[in-house]
Amino acid sequence: MGAVHAWPVQRAANDAVLDAGASEAGLDGLLDGRRLWKGRSSHADPSAHPTGHEALDAALPGGGWPGSALSEILHAGEGVGEIRLVWPALARLSQAGERIVLIAPPHRPFAPAWQAAGIVLERLHVVNAANARDALWAAEQCLRSGSCGAVLCWPQRADDRALRRLQVAAESGQTLALAWRDMATARNPSPAALRVAVDAAPSALRVIKCRGGIPSARPIPFTAH
Amino acid sequence: MRWACLLLPHLALDGLLRDVADATLPTVLIDGPTQRRVLRDVSPEAGALGLRPGQSLSTAQALAGTLRILIHDPQQESRQRDLLAAWAYGFSSQVAVFGRHALLVEVEGSRALFGTWQALQARWRDELGAMGFRHRLALAPHPLAARVLAGIEDGAVSDDLAALHARLHALPITRIGLPASIAQSMIRMGLRTLGQARALPRASLARRFSPKLLAHLDALYGERDLPLNLYRPPDRFEARIELGFEVESSQALLFPLRRLTADLALYLVARDGGVQGFQLLLEHEGHPASCIRVGLLAPERDPARLFELARGRLERAELPAPVRALALQADDLPPFVPERRDLFSARPQQSSSWDALRERLRARLGEDAVHTLAAPADHRPERATHSAIEPAAASPAGFNSPPRPAWLLHPPKLLPDTLPQVLAGPERIESGWWDGQDIRRDYYRVRTRDGQYAWAFHPHDGDGRLLLHGWFA
Repeated sequence: MGAVHAWPVQRAANDAVLDAGASEAGLDGLLDGRRLWKGRSSHADPSAHPTGHEALDAALPGGGWPGSALSEILHAGEGVGEIRLVWPALARLSQAGERIVLIAPPHRPFAPAWQAAGIVLERLHVVNAANARDALWAAEQCLRSGSCGAVLCWPQRADDRALRRLQVAAESGQTLALAWRDMATARNPSPAALRVAVDAAPSALRVIKCRGGIPSARPIPFTAH
Repeated sequence: MRWACLLLPHLALDGLLRDVADATLPTVLIDGPTQRRVLRDVSPEAGALGLRPGQSLSTAQALAGTLRILIHDPQQESRQRDLLAAWAYGFSSQVAVFGRHALLVEVEGSRALFGTWQALQARWRDELGAMGFRHRLALAPHPLAARVLAGIEDGAVSDDLAALHARLHALPITRIGLPASIAQSMIRMGLRTLGQARALPRASLARRFSPKLLAHLDALYGERDLPLNLYRPPDRFEARIELGFEVESSQALLFPLRRLTADLALYLVARDGGVQGFQLLLEHEGHPASCIRVGLLAPERDPARLFELARGRLERAELPAPVRALALQADDLPPFVPERRDLFSARPQQSSSWDALRERLRARLGEDAVHTLAAPADHRPERATHSAIEPAAASPAGFNSPPRPAWLLHPPKLLPDTLPQVLAGPERIESGWWDGQDIRRDYYRVRTRDGQYAWAFHPHDGDGRLLLHGWFA
């Protein structure tokens, strides 16, 4: 990826005036690669929620979690920092009075830890669902209603259609949707607007897909602790 | 008050023609006993071939080569009438069905909403044309006068009483809606126009004719109110289309389906309601009808949306036999709340509030499915999280303790990794001697071979193996 983008940098610098038409494609590449700093960024999405991790924010087109779309967090095992990654955004949302709903979390949330992360516990709601179908339904309802600030779900065996429904629901309710899925699903395409993989060893983040830009292949250092 | 009359001279035939895909084929509506079928109504295409109402079916078949023959069904006609009454109810609260094929609608009251009669008339003609009903319209200060004018001239408008009376005076006595026997005897008396009849003394008219005549004339001139049965919209919607032949592909069902959903939308607009769920009944020969349920997340009434939803379900349904008739029933008709948009707010805020959402979640997932968290001041991990149905008062800040895991496993399980890297610990947690739930554990923060961060402990009375109690996720 890095090599591919190396030439437009030089070319755009040299021929920008002489060869404006031909360098247009190169300019797009520059913008998408976010190697060019623009005084007035057209990419910044006002509804995006800053992730609280500067390096990750810089790598995302909107400068944070896309505000009304589904974001996927892919991780191989538990305890690699996959929840910690979203805590700053959740803390900010809950302090602003927004509701945060956990749909069928895989384990019990340990309240002191969430509180210590700055999340207002009164704004945190847990929804239990007996099976995966009910959980998807509940997530869709919460997203669509527009009365929640963020909806967190764990669609383990969700197919493309279910994810698409979540994505559409997030759009129509203009709600931040976060889904945790297994790293093995990274190979499959997904309708999510953003896909971030959390690597355990060494601890790092990779943006697999981000709507509105080409994800950079470079891992982003991420300290789980 | 100003009353508009909507006259539908071809109501039964137009209603049937709406259900067929190709309406340009010459079509006749027949009536009468099987041995002697008589043409009741003809489509314009059939009229161009020389067919007229009243001819016998055999004559019609001799005159026209290919002919679509439809049988008159009074029930179907009355359903069409109800549909149009429901449609008209969207424009006025005073709608009455008058006779077999006329609707009387009071339009003065909704003038502020729909504009002048010219604008309203143009709109009506557009909508009726789109629905496929041939029609005549007239406007008058009294309902009966409007009905009579609609029969005389399409588009007639008599705004003030003087103009109306002048117009009524000139009308032939046979065209004012009197029973044929009364009209005949009046003509035999030499009374040709309504004006001549009105010039006679009331007492003599009352003596010579039944009291109905005077009542009719009074209502026509607006001197007496015409008793009308005002239309009230029903509380459920039901419509059915007989296909007349067996349909095997779902593609061929789309046309009648579009018609049904459009009628449903029309009905919903008139009610100012929405539909949350409806069912499609597909009737088969020799099989019980298949039922397809269509549920919606929020009340809806947009015809295109309803059609797309129903179509999606219909295309996926497996049918045991060809379809003979299609019906749509809707019972779940909650009030429709149009999407509210604030000028400045980015999100369509609270279209359904959190309380309504929580109710819905609890209704499906169980009474205690939704709960909030609180962090009571207890050192024992099992007791440091409290879930409550109602949000508790703000929890006090927790202890100044080392980092705690995001997830707590319940119950703790054996750590699969026997030789993890210890990052912190031991941290002794010993508490609860006063309530019999005392624990005595040494907690460690460990990192497994796979790079997972875990919270594990040695129980005081354990065998030395670490038990996994949480993930620093």
